[in-house]
Amino acid sequence: MNTDIIRIQVEGPDNHVQELEIPDGINLSLMEILKASEYDILATCGGMALCATCHVQVLEGMEKLEERNDAEMDMLDTLPNAEDNSRLACQIKVSPAIDGLRIKVSQNI
Amino acid sequence: MKIIETDIAIIGAGPVGLFAVFEAGLLKMRCHLIDALPQVGGQLSEIYPRKPIYDIPGYPTIDAQDLVDRLMEQIAPFNPSFTLGERVEQLEKQEDGSYHVISNEGTIIHAQVVVIAGGLGSFEPRRPDLRGILDYEGRGGVNYFVKNPETYRDKRVVIAGGGDSALDWTIYLSDVAEHLTLVHRSETFRGAPDSAQKVFNLAEQGKIDLLLQSNLSSVHGDNGQLQQVGVTDKSKEETLLNVDYLIPLFGLSPKLGPIGEWGLNIEKSAVAVDTFDYSTNVERIYAIGDINTYPGKLKLILCGFHEAALMCQSAFKYVYPNEKLSFKYTTVNGIHAF
Repeated sequence: MNTDIIRIQVEGPDNHVQELEIPDGINLSLMEILKASEYDILATCGGMALCATCHVQVLEGMEKLEERNDAEMDMLDTLPNAEDNSRLACQIKVSPAIDGLRIKVSQNI
Repeated sequence: MKIIETDIAIIGAGPVGLFAVFEAGLLKMRCHLIDALPQVGGQLSEIYPRKPIYDIPGYPTIDAQDLVDRLMEQIAPFNPSFTLGERVEQLEKQEDGSYHVISNEGTIIHAQVVVIAGGLGSFEPRRPDLRGILDYEGRGGVNYFVKNPETYRDKRVVIAGGGDSALDWTIYLSDVAEHLTLVHRSETFRGAPDSAQKVFNLAEQGKIDLLLQSNLSSVHGDNGQLQQVGVTDKSKEETLLNVDYLIPLFGLSPKLGPIGEWGLNIEKSAVAVDTFDYSTNVERIYAIGDINTYPGKLKLILCGFHEAALMCQSAFKYVYPNEKLSFKYTTVNGIHAF
């Protein structure tokens, strides 16, 4: 059986780039994958789009992602340093559609 | 400075800190709680008060704030006291082994036992990433809280943010400040619609300057005193505003803070504990709830509740060193209010 592997490039706070390989069907958000991969993501609210601590910047592949919903936009608004390419990792479902995504994880504010 | 005397000092008044009061009370131990937030409830009241929680035993579903209210009801017979809006900075061990728990405002709690129920850390204001802003914090003109509105009378003030805090203070200080500017990165506000409408009206009437789709870009001053704030608009052009005060209101975010400086074993921003009684490596100091870690730890409220129960059985020996602990069921013994 052919299982899709989803590849995501993550640039950490130290600028070190790591490629994460995630098997399809894992049913997790990008935030959960980043936490499991030992990135320093607080995820205070556990993934409810209520805290903005899972904020990442999309360097490549923004077009692969679904539009931000209202809750995500509201939370991004609270961040002093949010940019146009800012997303909340907890709102991004890991699926084959996001294969090739490249993101940057910054230091927690 | 008056010293608050108690049996157990609980750092953190979230659901687990609150429930610890109940378990302590069954064993006749009094508690005083201290929390950096101005209200009890921790993450529940601060981040998700209206969200339903589905995994609290006995409640198929319960809204977070409702759980906090019920816990307050449950612990009321044991008369807990609270210090809110203050962050614990240090723990000072006394000669007899007891502790002084000292806050950032100098409040001292004297207790036989210290229980850290700090969750993910104390909630602190989000700081805008502007070079040099640290130099102007506090008396220099950058304030993250409005403690005394009179401070801003007849002054030039810039408020930044888009939530209820930013809206409410803009409305209030528009009558106090000589000149007030509200800076917000988008075109709409997150806060309550009528507050947002009031702010739009104030702008229309010329009572405040409203800079939308704008961001703080720089701070400038002299000798630690803020003098100018740079603001960029959509076109990324920077304008410098002459100001006396900058109030960034970008919400709160938890930080481990001083807990990391008390000689405790810290693993990934959590306090390592012994699962026998949730004690830390320092005698008389315990850690329960999200703040602790151990093999198999799950950050669930119900786990924190269990940890509180076991912790209290162990803490008893420090509060009543000459008494024998006898375990009693509430169904048999009832609850004896203080």
